Amino acid sequence: MNHWLTILTLVPFIGGIVIAGLGADRKNLVCGLALATSLVGLGGALCLWLHFDTSQGGIQFSEQFDWVPSLGIQYFLGVDGLGLLMVLLTAIVTPLAILASWRMDDRPHVYHALILWLQAGLFGTFTALNFFHWFLFWELGLIPAFFLIKLWGGPKRGPAATQFFVYTMVGSVALLLSFLAIRLATGSFDFIELAGLAKSGVLTTKLQAAFGWKNIGLIVFFGAFLGFAVKVPLIPFHTWLPAAYSEAPSPVTMLLTGVMSKMGVYGFLRILLPIFPDQIRQVLTLLLWLAVATIVLSACAAFAQRDLKRIIAYSSINHLGYCLLALFAATAVATGVNNSDLQKAAALDGALLQMFNHGLTASALFLFVALLERRSGGLRGLDDFGGLRKIIPVFTGLMGISIFSSLGLPGLNGFVGEFLIFKGVFPLAPWAAAISTIGLLVTAIFLLTLIQRVFCGPLNARWAKMPDLTTAERFLVLPGIALMFVLGIWPQFILGAVDATVMKLVQQLNF
Amino acid sequence: MIWIVKNLWLIPALPLFAAGIIAVNKQPARKLAATLAIGSLAVGFLLSLCAFSATLGHHGEGVFREVFSFPWIQFGGQWMDLGWVLDPLTAIMLVMVTFVGMLIFIFSVGYMAHDENFMRFFCFLALFAAGMLGVVIANNLFLFFVSWEIVGLTSYLLIGFWYHKPSAAAAAKKAFITTRIGDLGLLLGMVWLYAQTGTLNFYDGGHGCMESTQLVKMATQVTIGGFAVSTVVGFLIFLGAVGKSGQFPLHVWLPDAMEGPTPVSALIHAATMVAAGVFLVARVYPLMAQSPLLHGTMWLDTTPMLIIVTWVGAITAIFGASIAVAQNDIKRILAYSTVSQLGYMMMGLGVGGVAVGMFHLITHAFFKALLFLGSGSVIHGCHEEQDVRKMGGLKKYMPVTFAVYAVGMLALAGFPLFFSGFWSKDEILHSAHNWPVSHIPFLLGCTGALFTAFYMTRQVALVFFGNYRGHQQAGTPSAHAHSHASESSHDPHESPAVMTVPLVILAGFAILLGFVGTPAWPWFDGYLTGEEFKFDLSKLTEPGTLGLMIASAAIVFTGLGLGWFLYGKRPRKTVAEKDVLEAAQPFFYKVLENKYFIDEIYEGTVIRFNAFAAWLCDFADRWIFGGAVMLVKYITVGLAWLYRLTDEYFVNLGFDTGCEALRESGGGLSKLQTGRVQTYLRVIGVALVALIIFLIWGRKA
Repeated sequence: MNHWLTILTLVPFIGGIVIAGLGADRKNLVCGLALATSLVGLGGALCLWLHFDTSQGGIQFSEQFDWVPSLGIQYFLGVDGLGLLMVLLTAIVTPLAILASWRMDDRPHVYHALILWLQAGLFGTFTALNFFHWFLFWELGLIPAFFLIKLWGGPKRGPAATQFFVYTMVGSVALLLSFLAIRLATGSFDFIELAGLAKSGVLTTKLQAAFGWKNIGLIVFFGAFLGFAVKVPLIPFHTWLPAAYSEAPSPVTMLLTGVMSKMGVYGFLRILLPIFPDQIRQVLTLLLWLAVATIVLSACAAFAQRDLKRIIAYSSINHLGYCLLALFAATAVATGVNNSDLQKAAALDGALLQMFNHGLTASALFLFVALLERRSGGLRGLDDFGGLRKIIPVFTGLMGISIFSSLGLPGLNGFVGEFLIFKGVFPLAPWAAAISTIGLLVTAIFLLTLIQRVFCGPLNARWAKMPDLTTAERFLVLPGIALMFVLGIWPQFILGAVDATVMKLVQQLNF
Repeated sequence: MIWIVKNLWLIPALPLFAAGIIAVNKQPARKLAATLAIGSLAVGFLLSLCAFSATLGHHGEGVFREVFSFPWIQFGGQWMDLGWVLDPLTAIMLVMVTFVGMLIFIFSVGYMAHDENFMRFFCFLALFAAGMLGVVIANNLFLFFVSWEIVGLTSYLLIGFWYHKPSAAAAAKKAFITTRIGDLGLLLGMVWLYAQTGTLNFYDGGHGCMESTQLVKMATQVTIGGFAVSTVVGFLIFLGAVGKSGQFPLHVWLPDAMEGPTPVSALIHAATMVAAGVFLVARVYPLMAQSPLLHGTMWLDTTPMLIIVTWVGAITAIFGASIAVAQNDIKRILAYSTVSQLGYMMMGLGVGGVAVGMFHLITHAFFKALLFLGSGSVIHGCHEEQDVRKMGGLKKYMPVTFAVYAVGMLALAGFPLFFSGFWSKDEILHSAHNWPVSHIPFLLGCTGALFTAFYMTRQVALVFFGNYRGHQQAGTPSAHAHSHASESSHDPHESPAVMTVPLVILAGFAILLGFVGTPAWPWFDGYLTGEEFKFDLSKLTEPGTLGLMIASAAIVFTGLGLGWFLYGKRPRKTVAEKDVLEAAQPFFYKVLENKYFIDEIYEGTVIRFNAFAAWLCDFADRWIFGGAVMLVKYITVGLAWLYRLTDEYFVNLGFDTGCEALRESGGGLSKLQTGRVQTYLRVIGVALVALIIFLIWGRKA
């Protein structure tokens, strides 16, 4: 038995405590230490990636101890392909966010400590396999994020932070209540054990027996569903997101969209799909339509925005909508579909790839907006610029690559995930897939409008002296851009790692 | 497997590397950029010739076809293969694209010589070539789609090359989005095809999705509307071709795409990319030609998809040609002509099969590239003027350009016997004539041919004949028009050799290419279909063939004559005067000049709907979903206030009174315990004195 995952989670946690104790005066030391800590996290995640056995899809690097035996609470950690991918994404985005906030003058020690605690919360969430301490980490991620928005955000940060907190808190409470109900009925908090119970159909019967009510399964499901649907978010639980994303400081937005939004999808994959397959099937049509509405409506709403950060925020909702579409479609009972397991695996593989790609692309886009804001003194309206391509060609080129990655241009990373999702979803739910393509079209419209307004046309004389990317900034954005190309041309290096897990999940869902 | 099949990937990879090197090169190195781009295509051209020669000499033994596959990604435990194919269709396109591309690259060296973004231009051009060649060699619909989208991207980048012009930026966006509408159809068709057949490889030793086993499987399954799956999948894929090849109703982007530099218009929006849609239909022709095998339906000689392809093509052909009649921008005339000719190609595929459509594609690539580059030379010579009304008399100033332009014009118009366009268009009309379903496409094609000859004559007459009108101010004939001394520097001039030599080469091919596909020697047909053929002059004089040739020649001469009569015999004098047609038929001219108001119709419907949907979603977010959240918030806040009020004025009021009483009595008591030693001592002293007095006086009493 090893302790790699515990150590991985503890490193940023302790790093955060140390940094908080350093005080605001030693800014360089604070930033340096924060970066070093996050790089250790990255190194650790890469080590896990290298030592991960891709041929088997089960839980690896597991740690399991009894914690509170009388309540069925264990300390149980482990990753499979899904968890590992999310750990890697967290480890990649965090150093970028720290680098992006390098010039932070306002209480840097608290700021960086909060970021590291957020990272610790995320690592914990993606590795925990027992509801009890999974939920601790889930909430631990929420609190630093709240303070980061509340203390360092834009002019309307107060309402945004409150909305963010209240929304996610309501979701969390519903989630907690649902799991307490399950705990009462089954006596277990263990995800894997619960999935086993669900597969054999015992879970629902036990719930019914414990509460004496036929529909209790569905109620419990909707409680848990609400917790994750808010986090992803799924329309109509999404209104906190544009406000939070646009008011949070851009590096924090990178973390919010890059990784925290994945917590919701992760929750769907790790918890809802295996534990509530019956209930999902009962309301599948509704869920599919919600996913389709998320995709189409958020894309349309993005087209109406005038703030760059709000545009990218809505496009984030749109992109994660495809993931949810794939997840829901993969639970369908597929009768009369050729090789339905393969289609489900394609959809889920696509969803995982899309999660990683979106984390990469969306955080890169917010990073570019942060760099643009630094040059424009905080202005980031769609109509504040114009013709920037002439004076900042390198910036334009690199942001252009990220934008095209976001709109799913083949050859860049975004496309492969979307292709696999459509490939899998189409045979399982043809109408949902067909209507969702509207989202692809509208995404292209608003992103190209963004390019047109900001970078093309005659140069806005106000910005005639705007500096192009400095060498340091180029090094900051290049890793992400390079990954976009690598993943676009050779996605196998991620698919190879997650495919076994996905196949296992598909087996789990088939009964 | 022969070496060229294994190494076919080099042909697109070379320009891709060239583009990469140019992109990361920091120093301004114009020569390096141009050399790399042209060199990579030149090597590609040589390799294409090798590939071409490998496909030769197989007449009568079926189609030569070799494929190469490699595993790319894995999902659900299965590998998805990508790969390429070498067959006559690939080989002929490879040779055409590399050769025409190379000539256009060379032309661009002269045309873009003064542009500050010369390097970027060649980077994009090379990237385009890579994508286009990828489209050509792909043996897999996925790889095809990837390359197809890269081509779309470079088209976007190059249309918007002069991004500081708002019109160019808008045109680029319009092109990308309009073609993407079609591409979504293609994407759905692709995933459907994948779901049905389990493979996206076109040819794979009997397992490919364009081979009979899979096609028959799809043709026997019914789906929505009672159509066979093969028909619906074919239709979705065809949507992609409609978008890319500017077919009605998705043609609107192509004329606007003329905002790009002229070599781009020649290469991408005339010769190669827009023809990729036609190539796509040719590539999936087995699917298009697969009859549905459903009960109760019988299809003789043709299939539902081919009927759709034919009608779309025929409508586009007449539609584009009629609009071209009333345009005044030299490039827009050619653009609508391209729309129309692409319609002919589609119609050719629909009525006559792959060889008929592809033959027109190849000849058109040469003469349309020639015409566009010729117009580029004209624009360059006239100091970036594009309005034909402000040109005139250029044959005096630009003799070489005039000569080659005339060749291109005659080829496009289909001048009999000596020009390639005649033979390829004649073959389409011939097949349309024999089409069993309807005679209307044939009539539409003939009318289109009449328009084509007419608008090309009109254009050539306006540009090259009469007197030069460029010195006139719009509205009034300039008084200085005759003072050559002062204005000679503004006279049009002939272009440098780097621009005219490619034109001459293209002109040669615009003439010669026709002879590989005449009825007497149908080499092209035999090459593509792998069937036996022989040289037989008597085929030319067969009644059906000869009659049609004479008829089509008569149509062409009518068009040429009419054009010359209206525009050549009595040349336009001033810039401002009304067009002859406008004077005669103001209403029809207005409709044609405004392109049947299609843009305005889209503006009023689709675009407005999109804006409305966006507004609605935003409104819903802010006021309905957001409003619900706000409602919850205000209810919570209101309840909190209510609690506070009750607490403070109701509960606390009584509590406070009690507390106050307690506090006051406590305060009284607390005075006893001040904690000050002096007070205590004083009290003790006073008490002591009192005690003593009490003891003394009390005892006495």
